[in-house]
Amino acid sequence: MSHHLLEFNDVRFRYPDGTEALRGVSFRITHGESVGIVGANGAGKSTLLLHMNGYLLPTAGFVTVGEVPLRKETRPEIRRKVGVVFQNPDDQLFMPTVFDDVAFGPLNLGMPPDRVRERVREALYRVNALTLADKPPHRLSGGQKSAVAIATVIAMEPDILVMDEPAASLDPKSRRAVIGLLNTFAHSKIVASHDLDLILDVCARCLVIRDGAIVADGPSARILSDATLLAENNLELPLTLQGRPAMGGNAPMSAPRS
Amino acid sequence: MGDPCVSREAFHMTFEASFSGIGRLDRLSYRDTAVHRLDPRAKVVATMLYVVAVISFPKYEVLSLLPFFLFPVLMAALGDIPAGFIARKVVAVSPFAVFVGMFNPLFDPGTVAIAPGVSVSAGWVSFASILVKFALTISAALLLIATTSFPGICRAFRRLGMPALFVSQLLFLYRYLFVLMEETMRVVRARDLRSFGRRGTGVRVFVRIVATLFLRTVERAERIYGAMLARGFRGEVPSMRREALGPSDAVFVLAAASFFALCRLVPVPETIGRLVRGFAG
Amino acid sequence: MHMADALLSPAVGTAFWAGAIGTIGFASRKLKARLDDRKIPLMGVAGAFIFASQMINFTIPGTGSSGHLGGGLILTILLGPHAAFLVMASVLTVQALFFADGGLLALGCNIWNLGVYPCFVAWPLIYKPLAGDGRDRRRILPASVASAVAGLQMGAFSVVLQTLLSGKIALPFGTFLLVMQPIHLAIGAVEGFVTAGVIHYVRAVRPEMLDSVASTRPLAAGISLRNVLAGFIALAVVTGGALTWFASTHPDGLEWSIERISGKGGLPGQEHGIAAAAKRLQEKIAFLPDYGFKPPEGKSRGTEEAPAWPNIDAGTSASGLIGGLLVLAMALGIGWAIRAFRGKRST
Repeated sequence: MSHHLLEFNDVRFRYPDGTEALRGVSFRITHGESVGIVGANGAGKSTLLLHMNGYLLPTAGFVTVGEVPLRKETRPEIRRKVGVVFQNPDDQLFMPTVFDDVAFGPLNLGMPPDRVRERVREALYRVNALTLADKPPHRLSGGQKSAVAIATVIAMEPDILVMDEPAASLDPKSRRAVIGLLNTFAHSKIVASHDLDLILDVCARCLVIRDGAIVADGPSARILSDATLLAENNLELPLTLQGRPAMGGNAPMSAPRS
Repeated sequence: MGDPCVSREAFHMTFEASFSGIGRLDRLSYRDTAVHRLDPRAKVVATMLYVVAVISFPKYEVLSLLPFFLFPVLMAALGDIPAGFIARKVVAVSPFAVFVGMFNPLFDPGTVAIAPGVSVSAGWVSFASILVKFALTISAALLLIATTSFPGICRAFRRLGMPALFVSQLLFLYRYLFVLMEETMRVVRARDLRSFGRRGTGVRVFVRIVATLFLRTVERAERIYGAMLARGFRGEVPSMRREALGPSDAVFVLAAASFFALCRLVPVPETIGRLVRGFAG
Repeated sequence: MHMADALLSPAVGTAFWAGAIGTIGFASRKLKARLDDRKIPLMGVAGAFIFASQMINFTIPGTGSSGHLGGGLILTILLGPHAAFLVMASVLTVQALFFADGGLLALGCNIWNLGVYPCFVAWPLIYKPLAGDGRDRRRILPASVASAVAGLQMGAFSVVLQTLLSGKIALPFGTFLLVMQPIHLAIGAVEGFVTAGVIHYVRAVRPEMLDSVASTRPLAAGISLRNVLAGFIALAVVTGGALTWFASTHPDGLEWSIERISGKGGLPGQEHGIAAAAKRLQEKIAFLPDYGFKPPEGKSRGTEEAPAWPNIDAGTSASGLIGGLLVLAMALGIGWAIRAFRGKRST
């Protein structure tokens, strides 16, 4: 199943104002992997995610999804393979009702109305939000919004699911529900988040990004228990790992902010 | 030149009141009653016919307008819409019509007899006519939105021939109305918290708030555009037909249209009154 | 200054509906031809932005009236005229529905008054020439004050005309004008200051935003004088048609408004006296002498021939009054009964 493959090869990106946001990023994610991306604010996480579906195109280097190289012309194809759930559900849910919103992607893929209806039902069922179909998004709770935002993307049946802070500003119960939901997906998953406990629960592998480059890549359990590495990146140990011997005497609670 | 001031109290009154008013109308529109289930097109068409019928009465007509109260009353009762809420909203928007109409009694001094031996100035009659027409048309508009979800009305507009681009504007506006109103409220609260009870804030602050909101709006639009692209957007906002006109919609429009026509062409109150007096005498 | 249904005649209302829909169609076609996809969400969110900022009222000192951001001008500067017009039309539509500002038929007039003038008249003919390419800071304030004032003056004048053509009110033309225009002078000046302030702020923080908006449209801005003139001719034809129609169906109404416009002004009531009023009244009755006895089928000839009110047949009036009260009571009774029945069923 090579089409579930995502590969970055020495990707560089410079914004028009000259900021160099990515300085040679390389990694390879294979079928069914779930990968967390962590790093300080401004480290380049968002820029990295925006390359995964071609919202941004690399200034140098290559992005490959399946066997398709990312280029201007291949973007529609790439976007069918890679579904991105953006951080703020209010930006992700732009249609007037939940149904319309979940149907937006499948309709753009040119599906006939009956199939679209089926897809919408299925996607909403999977995120446990079938009863919300006729509601306008502004009447949903934060947790419901996050669930529906995920449904809008899985309705397109992407091979790879990319999420930016899927549980930001959710109450603990809704956050737990989202984590449970993510764990039911067999897709390749890429999750960028400051919520290291969530990464620990959802992702087997973890990338640490700093100043536009990958500084660590390995099993989440190992990376997320490396207090020194985390402190260098304005991060701290996941709450579930805090208080362990590995933390040592000086807790990296107040790492300097850049 | 004199800086216009933003009165904090006035702001909170108007803002929070309109915000909750819109929110309540919006919530009502998602109820599930026989009226809510009618096709939005049927309700839009019937309401437009109603408004045209009402305002087509000449300026001195009052009594023949009264049967038209039946339509909003029925819509509110069958749609389970609280009449007091609608009435309060009608009163709240009345100033302009009242302001313009209240000059009629001053400038139209002719007299008319309204009953044997009782006559009033024609201006008062035309003023009353304006007020009745106002109450009828505004309550009809409010009941349309209270019994039909805004997306439903937009789909009706689209299928009645409005350009797709315009309809998608309406839908985006509706979608972000509540989001931006909340954002505005937060910005203004932040301002108030830091103005330490100073009454009134200068136009500079108002400009700053509006400008900040605008910049945030543009950034939000950029993020939305990104989300749309991610889901295959290529310049057309797709839509799916959902409603189909059923027999009940046809019956509703026909019944409403014939009722309006009847009340427009026949002076119903007068006829009934004559019948009653016929029985009495 | 939202126009209201109750002040409109069907002729004026539908004429301006036609004008508004025509302009919506025109702007949509123009925009679709070369629209940057990005603008689709931006326009929608900008509408919500205008809506939200309009809810912040500020009182204008000295008048006691409250003003708010109309938005037509600022949107045109930031989005270009066609997009701005569509946004204004959608803002006004939502207001007509959720706030009942004016009502549904008056929506056409309101879109015309608050959309067409700032976007298609004040911006190309006043703002553009005065502000130039917008790079000179000092030109923005005078340009936006002048065009906001002009746009609002045109809108206010339009409200006065629409009201008078509809013939539902007795306020003399001159007086109405003297009330409306100065109020909107102040509102327009404030709108101009706010617009300039926002433009300055945006230029300082995100200059590329203004440039990108400016660069997505050609400098001539897609609005030639020819188009503006064509629009005005179309408007003239529409209103002319409405006027003729009006004249043929409501002679008294036209006489009334022409009489007022011809400048008797002041308090004409005092000049008329009771005798004159009675005479006029008689003339009106003579125009449809048999109202009280006319059988219903006689009237179905056309709704527009319905008689004017003044009718001193006491018998008819009394019947009307009794019947009117009965009808009102019945309507309310039906509503109450339905509610009571529902209440019982749900308990």
